[in-house]
Amino acid sequence: MPASTPDARRPAAQALLAALNHRVGCIEPEGTGVVDVERLSGGASQETWAFAVRLRDGRTVQRILRRMPEGDRPGAATAGPEKEARVIALARAAGVPAPDVRYVLTPSDGVGRGYVMDRIEGETRPAKVLRDARYAPARLAFAHQAGDALARIHAVDASCVGLRTGRAAEEVADLWNRYLRSGTARPVFEVAFRWLRANAPKPAAARLVHGDFRNGNLMFGPEGLRGVLDWELTHLGDPLEDLGWLCVNSWRFGEIDREAGGIARREDVLAAYEAASGTHVDRVAMRFWEVLGTLRWGIMCAAMVEWIESGLDASVERCMIARRASETELDLLNLLSPRVPRHGTGRPTGESLAG
Amino acid sequence: MQDKPDAAVLLESVVAFLRDTAIPNLPAREAFEARVAAGALELVQRDLALRRGFEDAERSRLEAILGRTGTLADLNPEFAQRLRDGSIDPAAPEVAEHLWATALEKLAVDQPRYAAYVRALDASGPLAGEN
Repeated sequence: MPASTPDARRPAAQALLAALNHRVGCIEPEGTGVVDVERLSGGASQETWAFAVRLRDGRTVQRILRRMPEGDRPGAATAGPEKEARVIALARAAGVPAPDVRYVLTPSDGVGRGYVMDRIEGETRPAKVLRDARYAPARLAFAHQAGDALARIHAVDASCVGLRTGRAAEEVADLWNRYLRSGTARPVFEVAFRWLRANAPKPAAARLVHGDFRNGNLMFGPEGLRGVLDWELTHLGDPLEDLGWLCVNSWRFGEIDREAGGIARREDVLAAYEAASGTHVDRVAMRFWEVLGTLRWGIMCAAMVEWIESGLDASVERCMIARRASETELDLLNLLSPRVPRHGTGRPTGESLAG
Repeated sequence: MQDKPDAAVLLESVVAFLRDTAIPNLPAREAFEARVAAGALELVQRDLALRRGFEDAERSRLEAILGRTGTLADLNPEFAQRLRDGSIDPAAPEVAEHLWATALEKLAVDQPRYAAYVRALDASGPLAGEN
């Protein structure tokens, strides 16, 4: 897990401690008390808190609370913590490595919306997972495990949960609205939108999609993938969305030649996915989702400016994420207008834009 | 004229304080935030040094593409609108060149260690506005 620091002296932590203690019997049938509430770093939207539950037999178990503070409302693209918790349970039952959900907060708890789940020990930080020698076995296993986990997610019947459906056309329209709302003209984004509208794949049957399956949201042990986390963007849509998103350059964290999350070859993940799902992956349609994913991250970064200017959250971290939108402009140009060195000048040819 | 030390030197001094003194003595979460803050100040240093040259170059390119003079604040929305309605072709050599140059200029300020940026620079040499 990310580095953390005891937070018990802060009012938010004390309110949580009181609420969790009040519900300790719901969280853990054998629980006698909650201790060591601390805020974990990482996660710019939902908060992640760690705590421990003391049990009757003297043992202590580690739990995680994901929550939106009181007064916050989920974004339009998010499932909301209650549906998110149901999806995690369904995915876990389908064999996806995911945490066991123990309790869903209710309004009477008075500490916002969220849910409690088991704490899976391991590492999420891309710098460690991608480069540390300790995680070399996990990197070797990743193509297979990622392909398998995604195939299992996409096979889950989540029709009972009431998730939104977001296929290609809806996703592009949603991004377009978010882009317009930002009020800042971005020529590269305009180029990407035009390309996306001209290259939308045929609508696929809507399946359960994780929505944020990437490095940073995956818990690794040295041996391999231990948990698929951060389900807040889960929805029904085109399964290729998850595969395209996993290959977005932003999630390669510098290991840009290992296209699947900076860890594995794209084709190795797709082969594992095809074997596990029994379906063929349309590479051209997947490229659409990779472009859309790159644009989405760019728009999410750029949208941080709205948080900052409204005074909602002007933290340094958020400011710095806002200045990362430019990374995706470069990535979009690499996807849509790659520079082919011509007579050694390195000038762009724009040939792929014409197609 | 303002006295020395100038803004760049002051920023350098604050970054050194954060990295050498503050961060080693902070708890993990605060140290993380302080590292982000030091990174932000380094971005400000690059912004102060590079913005003017880059924005002049960007404006000249846009004026050539759009065939009129103006400020970035009004040229860019017009350029965006014309890409949107299809009256400017992003594949036209001078347009593609402009899109690339502008993206690289932004990265030179925002994130010069971004791997795709480093690779793009290797392929094309230093930026015109950079010295």
